[in-house]
Amino acid sequence: MLDASPQTLVRVDGLKMYFPIYSGILRRHTGDVKAVDGVSFDIQQGETLGLVGESGCGKSTVGRALLRLYEPTAGSVVIEGEDIATLSPEALRKKRPTMQMVFQDPQASLNPRMTLANIISEPLVEHTNWSPERRLERVYELMDAVGLNRRFANRFPHEFSGGQRQRIGIARALALNPKFIVCDEPIAALDVSIQAQVVNLLEDLQEKLGLTYLFISHDLSMVRHIADRVAVMYLGRIAELSPRDALFANPLHPYAEALLSAVNEPDPSLARRQRIILKGDVPSPARPPKGCNFCTRCPKAFARCHAEKPELQEVEPGRHVACFLYTPETGDAKAGPTGVPEANEHLQQGETK
Amino acid sequence: MTDLSAAAPSKPPSQWAAIWRQFRSHKGAMFGLIVLSVLVLAVLIGPYFWHPEKLTVVEAIKQKNKGPALQFPLGTDQLGRDMLARMMAAGKVSLAVGFVAMIIAITFGTFIGVLAGYYKRLDGPLMRLTDMFLALPLIPLLLVMVMLFRDRVAGILGPEMGAFLLIVFAIGITSWMQAARIVRGEVLALKEREYVLAARSIGAAPRRIIIRHILPNVVSPVMVAATLGIAEAIITESVLSFLGLGFPPDFPTWGRLLYDGLSFMQIYPERVIWPGLAISLTVLSVNYIGDGLRDALDPRVRGR
Repeated sequence: MLDASPQTLVRVDGLKMYFPIYSGILRRHTGDVKAVDGVSFDIQQGETLGLVGESGCGKSTVGRALLRLYEPTAGSVVIEGEDIATLSPEALRKKRPTMQMVFQDPQASLNPRMTLANIISEPLVEHTNWSPERRLERVYELMDAVGLNRRFANRFPHEFSGGQRQRIGIARALALNPKFIVCDEPIAALDVSIQAQVVNLLEDLQEKLGLTYLFISHDLSMVRHIADRVAVMYLGRIAELSPRDALFANPLHPYAEALLSAVNEPDPSLARRQRIILKGDVPSPARPPKGCNFCTRCPKAFARCHAEKPELQEVEPGRHVACFLYTPETGDAKAGPTGVPEANEHLQQGETK
Repeated sequence: MTDLSAAAPSKPPSQWAAIWRQFRSHKGAMFGLIVLSVLVLAVLIGPYFWHPEKLTVVEAIKQKNKGPALQFPLGTDQLGRDMLARMMAAGKVSLAVGFVAMIIAITFGTFIGVLAGYYKRLDGPLMRLTDMFLALPLIPLLLVMVMLFRDRVAGILGPEMGAFLLIVFAIGITSWMQAARIVRGEVLALKEREYVLAARSIGAAPRRIIIRHILPNVVSPVMVAATLGIAEAIITESVLSFLGLGFPPDFPTWGRLLYDGLSFMQIYPERVIWPGLAISLTVLSVNYIGDGLRDALDPRVRGR
C-alpha cells in the first residue's frame, strides 16, 4: 500500500503503542492497553493528512508516538529517511527541529511562568547558539508570521485569549523551520470563530513555508476543510485512509460511513437525515475483540469479521480500507467495490460457503 | 495599536521591577521584611552600640534576676548578665543556624524530590530513603551524630565554628524529608503537563526541562516548607543545646535562653518572653516574606 515516491516525507509502518497494565499484589504485567495497534500510513511532502476518530481511539497517541514523545512498542516512523523510533537520544535531539507539534490545550501547553518571548525562543535556545539579540529578532519575525503584536513579547500566557495562545504555540512550533508539524487537535479548545482563524493561519503558513501537517481532530467539518487525505481511526487501528473528497462523498468502511453520517449539514434543505446510529460502546482497548476491532458494533459484520483482523488494503486507487467487505477471498478475483450493500451480500455468501 | 515597528521594544525589560512592585503591594510581606531587617540589624550591629558595664562577681550576684530597667533594658539573668547583650549575641547564632539549616534542608529536599519525581527509576529508592529518614527517631540520631563528630570537627574548625557547622549540617540533613515529599508530588503532577511535553518535543534535555519548567513551578510549596523550616531549625538547635550537645553551655542562643528561663518562668516571665518573642517574630516575618515572594514570583497573581 505504501507507494515509494520520492516526495514521501513521513512513513509510518506497523506502529504499535501498548501501555502495559500491572495488576495484582506483585504488580505483574497482566496485559496491555493497545492504544495504537499496527498503524501504517505515509504523508507526502506538503500535504495535510487528517486523522479523525472518536475520543480514545488513539489519535493523539499516534501523534505523540510519531514524534517519539512516547516510546513506540513496535513499528517504524521514517521521517526524511531516518527511523525516529530507533534513533539514539542524541540523534533524536538533532532531528527534533524537523518535526514539531502544536498542542490541544493552548493554556496547558505554555509555561505560565515564562514570557511569550522566552516561550517562543526556547527551541532556539535548545538548538542554536545565537546571541540573545538574534533570537529576539527571530521571535519578532515569528510573532509577525502568526499575527501577534510585537508589543506582547514581554507578556505572560495568562494575559492572552485562547486564540492568541494557540498562535504562540504555533509560533513556537515554527521557530526552527520544521518540515513536519503534528497538530494535535489544535482547535478543539477554541471558540468556533477563533477556530476558523487558527485553521486559516495554519493553511497560510503551509502555503508560505511548505509545511506538512498531520492534523488530528474529531471535528469532521474542519478536517474536510484543511485535509488532503483523511485517515479514520477506530480503536487503535486505521479503518479507512482515503482522499478527502472521495471519503466524504462515499465512505467505504462501515465505521467511516457511520462517523461521517454524523456530520451536520448547515443547509436544512440539503440535510440528508440518514444517520447511522451505532449500537453499543467502544470496546476497551485493553481487551479488543478477536476479529475486526469494529465487529462488535458493525451493522454489516459477518462471520469472518469475528475471526480475523482485516489489514489495510488499497481497494481503489488511493483508497485504503481495512474491511473484509472489500477484501477478496484468497484465490478470488478482486471484488470491485461496486457499492457497499452488494459487496456485503457477495462476501456474506462467500463466507457462509 | 497597529504600528508594529514603533511599538516594538528593542529588548524586553527585566521582570525584577514588576516582582518588587508586587512584593511591595503585599502588606504582610513588607511588615515581615521590616521586622526581619530590624532583627537582623539588631543582632549584627547592636553589639557595637550596646556595651553593658563589666560587673565584678559581687556586683553581678547583687544584680541577678533584675527586671527591665534603664541600666538593663531587658533585665538580667540568674547570673546577673545583661539580657539585651545576651539576646543580641544569641540572635546572631540562632538566625544563622535557622537560615543555613533551612537552606541545606530545602536544597537537599528539593534535589531529592525533583529526582524522585522526574525519573521514574529513582522514585522507589529515593522515596524509601525518605521514608527511612522519616521513621528514624531524630533526636537520638542527632545526639549520636553530634557525639561522634563534635570533637573531630571542633578539632579542625575550632569549638564554636565546629559546633555551628555540625549543628547546621545535622539539622539540615534530618529535616529535608518534608520538602522532598512535597516537591516529588508536585513534580509528578507537573511533568505530565503539556508544556513539559512541548519542551520534550522541542528536544530539551531533562536538565533544562527541570530548571526551566519544573523548578519555577514548585516554588510556592517549597517556599512554605522553607519558612516553616526556619522555625523548626531554631527550635531543634535549642533542643540540642538544652540536651548539652549543641553549642557550649555559656554560648547563648535564643533556644538556650528560652530553656534557661524556663525554670524561672513563674517568677520572672520576661526571661522566657524575650527569646520566645524573638523566635516567633522571626518565624512570622519569614512566613510573611515567603507569602509575598510566592505571590510576587507568580505572573498570574502579579498581573497588571
